[in-house]
Amino acid sequence: MIFGYPLLSVVIWLPIIFGALVLATGNDRNAPLARIIALVGAVLGLLVTLPLYTGFDRMTSAMQFVEMKNWITQFNIHYHLGVDGISMLLILLNAFFTVIVVLAGWKVIEKRVAQYMACFLIMSGLINGVFAALDAILFYVFWEAMLIPMFLIIGVWGGPNRVYAAIKFFLYTLLGSLLMLVALLYLYFQSGSFEILDYHQLPLGMTAQILIFIAFFMAFAVKVPMFPVHTWLPDAHVEAPTGGSVVLAAIMLKVGAYGFLRFSMPITPDASHELAWLMVTLSLIAVVYIGLVALTQSDMKKLIAYSSISHMCFVTLGLFIFNAYGMEGALLQMISHGFVSGALFLCIGVMYDRVHSRQIVDYGGVANTMPVFAAFFMLFAMANSGLPGTSGFVGEFMVILGAVKVNFWYGFAAATTLVFGAAYTLWMYKRVVFGAIANDHVRHLHDIGGREKLIMLVLAIAVLVMGLYPLPLSEIMHASVNDLLVHMARSKI
Amino acid sequence: MSYISTLFPAYAEIFLLCMIGVIMIADLLLPSQTRTVTYLLAQVTLLGCSLITVATHVNGVEHLFTNMFVDDLMSDVLKLLTYLSVSMMLVYSRSYLIVRGLFTGEFLSLTLTSTLGMMVMISASNFVTLYIGLEVLALSMYALVALQRDSAVATEAAMKYFILGAMASGFLLYGMSMIYGGTGSLDVQTISNVIKAGQGNDMLLVFGLAFLVAGLAFKLGAVPFHMWVPDVYHGAPTAMTLFIGSAPKLAAFAFVMRILVESLQPLMIHWAGMLAVLAVLSMGVGNITAIAQTNIKRMFAYSTIAHMGFLLLGVLSGTLDGYSSAMFYAVIYVLMTLGGFGMIMLLSREGFEADNLNDFKGLNQRSPWLAFMMLLLMFSMAGVPPTVGFYAKFSVLNAALQAGHLTLVIAAVIFSLIGAFYYLRIVKLMYFDAPESHEKVYMQPDSTLLISINGLAVLMLGIMPNTLMAICAASIQQSLLLH
Repeated sequence: MIFGYPLLSVVIWLPIIFGALVLATGNDRNAPLARIIALVGAVLGLLVTLPLYTGFDRMTSAMQFVEMKNWITQFNIHYHLGVDGISMLLILLNAFFTVIVVLAGWKVIEKRVAQYMACFLIMSGLINGVFAALDAILFYVFWEAMLIPMFLIIGVWGGPNRVYAAIKFFLYTLLGSLLMLVALLYLYFQSGSFEILDYHQLPLGMTAQILIFIAFFMAFAVKVPMFPVHTWLPDAHVEAPTGGSVVLAAIMLKVGAYGFLRFSMPITPDASHELAWLMVTLSLIAVVYIGLVALTQSDMKKLIAYSSISHMCFVTLGLFIFNAYGMEGALLQMISHGFVSGALFLCIGVMYDRVHSRQIVDYGGVANTMPVFAAFFMLFAMANSGLPGTSGFVGEFMVILGAVKVNFWYGFAAATTLVFGAAYTLWMYKRVVFGAIANDHVRHLHDIGGREKLIMLVLAIAVLVMGLYPLPLSEIMHASVNDLLVHMARSKI
Repeated sequence: MSYISTLFPAYAEIFLLCMIGVIMIADLLLPSQTRTVTYLLAQVTLLGCSLITVATHVNGVEHLFTNMFVDDLMSDVLKLLTYLSVSMMLVYSRSYLIVRGLFTGEFLSLTLTSTLGMMVMISASNFVTLYIGLEVLALSMYALVALQRDSAVATEAAMKYFILGAMASGFLLYGMSMIYGGTGSLDVQTISNVIKAGQGNDMLLVFGLAFLVAGLAFKLGAVPFHMWVPDVYHGAPTAMTLFIGSAPKLAAFAFVMRILVESLQPLMIHWAGMLAVLAVLSMGVGNITAIAQTNIKRMFAYSTIAHMGFLLLGVLSGTLDGYSSAMFYAVIYVLMTLGGFGMIMLLSREGFEADNLNDFKGLNQRSPWLAFMMLLLMFSMAGVPPTVGFYAKFSVLNAALQAGHLTLVIAAVIFSLIGAFYYLRIVKLMYFDAPESHEKVYMQPDSTLLISINGLAVLMLGIMPNTLMAICAASIQQSLLLH
């Protein structure tokens, strides 16, 4: 509690309340009103998160802005919120992207505008809840609840194969979540509490740890997504509307990695060490194999989706090599990937809105008709391939550094991403943007307008600032990361 | 006078019985255009019953009629919920039945007699009282299903319901007679004491128990005694389906509690295993078969079977937590079922039943509000938070896991995942597909209001489930510990 009001509750519930308000504007006759309320809600939602940054104590790894109330007394469940250096940044990222998504869908979404905007606002609040919850059941409720708006977003506003993608997305995630629920119930059985922080201290035998680790793994690996449970992601991305893809890539995938950080690693440290080989292997397979898969895609969105998987597996690699470089690199990579993949999906969205195709072959020579756009696109493509000076470089470099410290060949395999990433991103960029004008569609393209320029500019600044001066971010996570590493080094058996 | 005043725990039943007589006579005297009067009278009766139940509530356990009848917190809570769901059912079905010419005096009086039957079941503390309550309920139900005389489907459903129901009653009676043979008593408490003291004939008891469980499974619709459920749900007029699917499940829960827990608790080692088989089969067959249905009433029938499996999972945990989670599950299940069938009736018109899955196509474009309510109900049935269905599943799974049934819990989780698919399909039809007709949905003011309350209750109870959970836990605790 700070400034006399429960800050985290406001951060969670304000977007949800605005979502309900937007919903109340009803049908598409009131679409302009719905857009304005949504934008106000999103901007306010971003503003109320700022005190989290300014009021954050960088010296401590303890939870801050804590709120605690009884919720379900029978099971000793509390409405317990709090953030540390890991979750606070992700809340900021989420609030930031909510504004971007509302702006990005401003003109493009024409049918059921109110419902579209409401879905995103409500989802934004729920995701904040996921990052802020310190009670396992509260976490689970937010975790599951955010599937519902995403399911609707993909299914209602998505592409031709949206129904299949939406149901696949939902069932895949639900499977993992239910196993996690069983693990949480077991932990409750052992400890008599649903407090995540109590779980961190709970002594557990090796077998129990490994079973719990696997249950959590099912939940979080699906979300990250790790190889081989990644197949829902390309489907969901390709069919989702631009805003959906942006949130999916920028925020939702982070939820899985966050789960590893908050649950798997501190609750089952011994199992994490024991099974680290598995996590590292799966991550490296994804980095190399998915990178190659991305190379062969003919659909731009699918290409970026595979690139997302490959980049996110860098995060899991960084987490499971258990050193400060790896972990901080992974966290920076999470945030950077949020900006870069979000921006790339927006770029593809910009072209799709005009040409209604995502196929690379339908483009060529876009630079001739959309020079400003091509410049921004170039920057984001470079960031995606990890060019020094952009945010993409920092995280990848630190993870590779951490990996080399553990085992040279880990680092070697991970470093191939610099080659593959550059190859698939830049080759796609070359085919789409450079060359002669390929067809009439491209000839009649008009460059991005003021609203789109604003979005691109903000993202470009974020990517560059983070690439050149990542210190403000890393100093926030420093205490929490060190604490986690110390905690991980102690056996719980 | 003094005798009458000692009857106070049964005042609600007595009042209801008197009012049934009044309503029957009033209906004969009043012209059929003024059926609204008897309808309102029925609603007032239910309201009166709930006031009496609240007013006659005492802390502790009251026995009556030489231990034939019991009044405790569990019975009061279950009765209040029964009145509520019967009253909701009347609101939902009024206009549906009017356009089909089924809104007759018989409908109202049979509804109330079955309510009486449920109340007797809930308050029974002797096998004979239990059986009488059950039969009052069942016979009224058979007649209700058959009320649509000119429909061959409904008549067939009633026939099946009657024959299989009678067979189940036979099983129950046979089982009860075995228990009587084994212990020399029909009283719930005495049976328990005799078995605990080791004076019962074990062989007879277990034999009887098997028949009792089979009879209970028939009544609940648990696999492999479920064959009547889809046919009856499908064939009966939707209002009756709603009725069968809702309040009687509360009474059935009380029935399970009185027989298996209060009197045969010492035989738990035997019945827990039987229930485990029933529970897993119900969840499996129910959820998997529901996927193949195209008729939404049949789909709900299979979903009911699956839900009953979950309820049994709570009971077989054999702990106070388990029983209260099963009670919570039963209450939530009734709330969701009322909403689900209420929605079908709301979308139906004269000469048109909205009971096909395709009738839900594009509902979001025809009526976003109704679609949203249905979305909440479907996610609740699937057990997705923040709706209350999640907490129902959560508390049952928790109780089962605490009791050490890890494999059952994992099976339940996998079947819920399978079950989520067909609930999602309804959401998909409503939100992702284009409507087949653009006809405007005529929203009856009373049932629209009720479905809004119903749908929002599913959400609000999900955000604040504490009170209802605490009430269920307190009821179970008081009833079991004070005996």
